[in-house]
Amino acid sequence: MTEIATPAPVRIDSPAKRIAKQFVEDPIAVIGLILFVLIALIAIAAPWIAPQNPYDLMQLSIMDGGLPPGETSFATGQTFWLGTDQQGRDMLSGIMYGLRISLMVAVVSLTLAITIGTIVGVAAAYFGGRFDSIVMRIVDLQLSFPAILIALILLALLGRGVDKVILALVIVQWAYYARTVRSSAMVETRKDYIDAARCLGLSNRRIMFRHLLPNCVPPLIVVATVQIAQAIALEATLSFLGVGVPITEPSLGLLIANGYDYLLSGRYWVSVFPGIALVVTIIAINVVGDRLRDVLNPRLQT
Amino acid sequence: MIVYLVRRVGQSLLAVMAMAVLVFLGVFFIGNPVDVLVSPEASQAQIAATVERLGLDRPLYEQFGIFVWNALQGDLGTSFVYGRPALEIILDRLPATMELALVALALSVGIGIPLGVWAGLRPDSIAGRTIMGGSILGFSLPNFWQGMLLILVFAVLLGWLPAGGRGETTEFLGMQVSFLTWDGLSHLILPAINLALFKMSLIIRLARANTREVCMQDYVKFARAKGLSPRRVVLVHVLKNIMIPVVTIIGLELGSMVAFAIVTETVFAWPGMGKLLIDSINLLDRPVIVAYLMLTVLIIVGINLLVDVIYSLLDPRIRLSEMKG
Repeated sequence: MTEIATPAPVRIDSPAKRIAKQFVEDPIAVIGLILFVLIALIAIAAPWIAPQNPYDLMQLSIMDGGLPPGETSFATGQTFWLGTDQQGRDMLSGIMYGLRISLMVAVVSLTLAITIGTIVGVAAAYFGGRFDSIVMRIVDLQLSFPAILIALILLALLGRGVDKVILALVIVQWAYYARTVRSSAMVETRKDYIDAARCLGLSNRRIMFRHLLPNCVPPLIVVATVQIAQAIALEATLSFLGVGVPITEPSLGLLIANGYDYLLSGRYWVSVFPGIALVVTIIAINVVGDRLRDVLNPRLQT
Repeated sequence: MIVYLVRRVGQSLLAVMAMAVLVFLGVFFIGNPVDVLVSPEASQAQIAATVERLGLDRPLYEQFGIFVWNALQGDLGTSFVYGRPALEIILDRLPATMELALVALALSVGIGIPLGVWAGLRPDSIAGRTIMGGSILGFSLPNFWQGMLLILVFAVLLGWLPAGGRGETTEFLGMQVSFLTWDGLSHLILPAINLALFKMSLIIRLARANTREVCMQDYVKFARAKGLSPRRVVLVHVLKNIMIPVVTIIGLELGSMVAFAIVTETVFAWPGMGKLLIDSINLLDRPVIVAYLMLTVLIIVGINLLVDVIYSLLDPRIRLSEMKG
């Protein structure tokens, strides 16, 4: 009697678990993720953990203006680990608050841009025809101009303001998502399960958002991680150029711009430390994004 | 070919028109056009004259017609700050920006392609990895920050190069240029590197990916088997074949360089169009802003058109697929 070899039971993990498992195999990506989570926590908790409120004039002393890193305050005796700016503002606190504004602008604009881009992209792929060609013409037209130029045009016309920067970033970014979602939705629309859903008489909206959309998510996540780093960099650039956030709500870019005048006179810390915070944030997001792209790319999966 | 050409020119005109409509609506529709187009210090009579000249009392489509008609004749308004035609002021600044962009382009190609090919030939070597790591930094870090670091290191700490301005200029082909004198050149180096870094990173990645692909092809293997020196294989067989995609990207990126120059020019106080735009935004000199936008759109669309046409001449496949689509 021959024995039939029974295959060992294979445990199939959920996709999320599989992705998480693959993600942690790369130590650099894990460091990037930890850094990013840390930065996000600092940004959220800034009002409670910052040594001072840098925009409460009562807490500032002009005596402390322009102190190099590590000096102690003449007024309160606190130590300024990263120095102070001309108004005697603690740079560490300024950076924490600046991170908050930079990340807030990026996250809000990202969310809005993804929402608009996804709806438009899925609808364009699903309905096709004239709607599709008009939408894609607009996307192509917009993407043929550099994002910074379009954002500058908008802000030159609208003026400064956090809400206006967010609006400009949404207008600049939605096209990337629309194009990404459309191209993956185009492939999915031709598959049998969509025909099956149509035969079942499901509504267009239900098919688009319950059947089509979930299958377009992986490329969307990859584009989103690249774009959020781009959004932070673009906002910083706009604020640095003086057309972004107002002086009352300085982001990292504006802090860098304010310190730029003192760079040549040797007071490097006013500009360099916010710059380092900005760069660490962007690199951390890019590292995480790179790893996610590898993990989510079906071609690289065995 | 003619069908393709007509189509492509038509698309470009459409793009310029669309941008003209957007700029027009932006200036004339958001807020009161009189506030936008007349200097705050203008007298009542001057305001009335402008309203008359621009036909602001007429319906919107007629106003748009007037705007386009004036723009076609090169009249994009008069600067509030300088009191001269806006277009003229911008054209004065154009050579400085073009010089910067072209030098930056030359740098990014001249350094980017060799580094990219090198990294592509030895993707796992330390040099290859370092080049790739550097290129990631090159295009993920904000341009203005890279510029500031350059100033901090080379101008403040080392004191080798000036931190800003254009330096001495000389006349060359009827334009003022910097690169012919040592003083001008020393002012040009840092901004050009700053502007080049982003494109260089892009070219490095592209050249590397293409080199890796080309090296797998049979003709490279045959060239090696034939006993050609590695040098000749790389310089002739590999390099020639990676050039097609690289040249396309270079062409397309030249247009965006004009836009990216806004940041570099602001950081280095380089007296080009980009710095003029930022100054004009801060001074609310709107005719100059409008003129800048229209001119830049024209430049970008024109370059894209040129690249596409040249490309289709070189590669008939593009032409045919476009005609079908």
